[in-house]
Amino acid sequence: MTLFCSLHDAVADNLKDGDTAAFEGFTHLIPHAAAHEAIRQGRKDLTLIRMTPDLIYDQMVGMGMVEKLIFSYVGNPGVGLLRRTRDAIENGWPRTIKIEEHSHAAMANAYEAGASGLPCAVFRGYLGAGLKDVNSNIRSLTCPFTGEELAAVPSIRPDVTFIHAHRADRKGNVLIEGIIGIQKEAVLAANRAVVTVEQIVDDLDTHANACVLPHWSLSAVCEVPGGAHPSYTHGIYDRDNAAYLEWDKISADHDSFLAWMKTNVLDASPEDLEARVSRLRKVK
Amino acid sequence: MTSLDFTPDEMMTIAASRMLSNEDVCFVGIGAPSAACNVARLTHAPDITLIYESGTIGTTPDVLPLSIGDGELCETALTTVSVPEMFRYWLQGGRITIGFLGAAQLDKYGNINTTVIGDYHKPTTRLPGGGGAPEIASSSGEIYITMKQSVRGMVEKIDFYTSFGHGDGGDHRQRLGIKTKGPTLLITDLAIWRPNPETKEFVVTSLHPGVTRDDVQKTCGWSVRFADDLETTPNPTDQELQTLRALKERTAAAHSG
Repeated sequence: MTLFCSLHDAVADNLKDGDTAAFEGFTHLIPHAAAHEAIRQGRKDLTLIRMTPDLIYDQMVGMGMVEKLIFSYVGNPGVGLLRRTRDAIENGWPRTIKIEEHSHAAMANAYEAGASGLPCAVFRGYLGAGLKDVNSNIRSLTCPFTGEELAAVPSIRPDVTFIHAHRADRKGNVLIEGIIGIQKEAVLAANRAVVTVEQIVDDLDTHANACVLPHWSLSAVCEVPGGAHPSYTHGIYDRDNAAYLEWDKISADHDSFLAWMKTNVLDASPEDLEARVSRLRKVK
Repeated sequence: MTSLDFTPDEMMTIAASRMLSNEDVCFVGIGAPSAACNVARLTHAPDITLIYESGTIGTTPDVLPLSIGDGELCETALTTVSVPEMFRYWLQGGRITIGFLGAAQLDKYGNINTTVIGDYHKPTTRLPGGGGAPEIASSSGEIYITMKQSVRGMVEKIDFYTSFGHGDGGDHRQRLGIKTKGPTLLITDLAIWRPNPETKEFVVTSLHPGVTRDDVQKTCGWSVRFADDLETTPNPTDQELQTLRALKERTAAAHSG
């Protein structure tokens, strides 16, 4: 099996209609390029999982690709609401979507349980919180040693996880730095994992405790410089804060949303992202 | 030196910053809490530990982050851990002394809604949701809340219990098996509020300079109780105001892109 491939082939091979997929990233390293490729390939009826669905899930929901959203915070970070997702939840445009809502602690625990091969996650949570009344996947169990009642949620086991990372070596071992979020757990919880990286290098040049994903834990690795834009890759280019603010306006109505998607996603290619981050690159 | 030339918003942030100390380990919400925590760090509490849910521990940002995961937070942190480690070891493990939250909707018992306006299944407005707040509210040693007053925001009954404060008041937290203190402080743009020790209802203990009881009641959706020994919040000092304004200026310059 070829680990290195084009982003087109990685998405075509690893994301099918009806899949449960996670495109993870916690403000940092959001896999925009991979999500845009999925949009171009027109995948449908997806169940999308993410702690913090931001612009990419707003775009996928707005393009009608999503049947169900599993999340813990559905906002545009630092800006406000996600208008396409709101429109789908409040008005069913362009289609109705199901939602399964959790807290961050629950999802972080559920990914970790998935990566650990466990059926569920157990933690102290949801005490007095309203979500357990509207989400039947939030249950409880009693500690057999102390009798304490603890929260339980099913583990997260995506069919496929997509993440973006700093670099891979020539074997396909991947390094993630900075705010590492939930990406390692999301990769190890999934049946298949696709990683886009800024750069392929001879040597990862890292230290003993770095966050490294061995090549044999991954399905595909694609070199896509700028692949996180308008999110950022720590130490390589900054977050495009203006783009997040701009999204609030673009996504405000159907026409401007669809026009933006055509120009910037449907008629674009992964290679276009490198130019979008050129002015954001860190000066060495 | 104190200043007479300040906005209610500035007074809110500065009053909140004064409540934090060098010994605190503070889990910081974005927005007003983040500003207050960093003003504290830049004035009287240089050794305060600020933690953001993206995993950054002991962060000392030069500008306020736009999101909880800005690179600035990681670059200036003592260490950055994964999100599961953050929630399991540091929050659930009981290492956080203060959880500092904002609110879209708040009731008099410190219960917070940031999930929906209207019915959950058919919302009038779908808000972003809780994120880390449900467990911050139950696992932090105590909770500080800061928000601007409005009758839409401060309501008799919230539409959804995103995070649990004192529930219906009294010993409701203990009855649910929650061992932490819950909301102990509310700082608005008009006043400082603390819960009554018995009922747990928020009571105004200090009015900000120039604010009247009527101002507080007009912008609050429940019938407001005032402490017998009602105080006046000291004016911002020149140092506090200059620190806050410089922080806001640096932030605006950094985020203009």
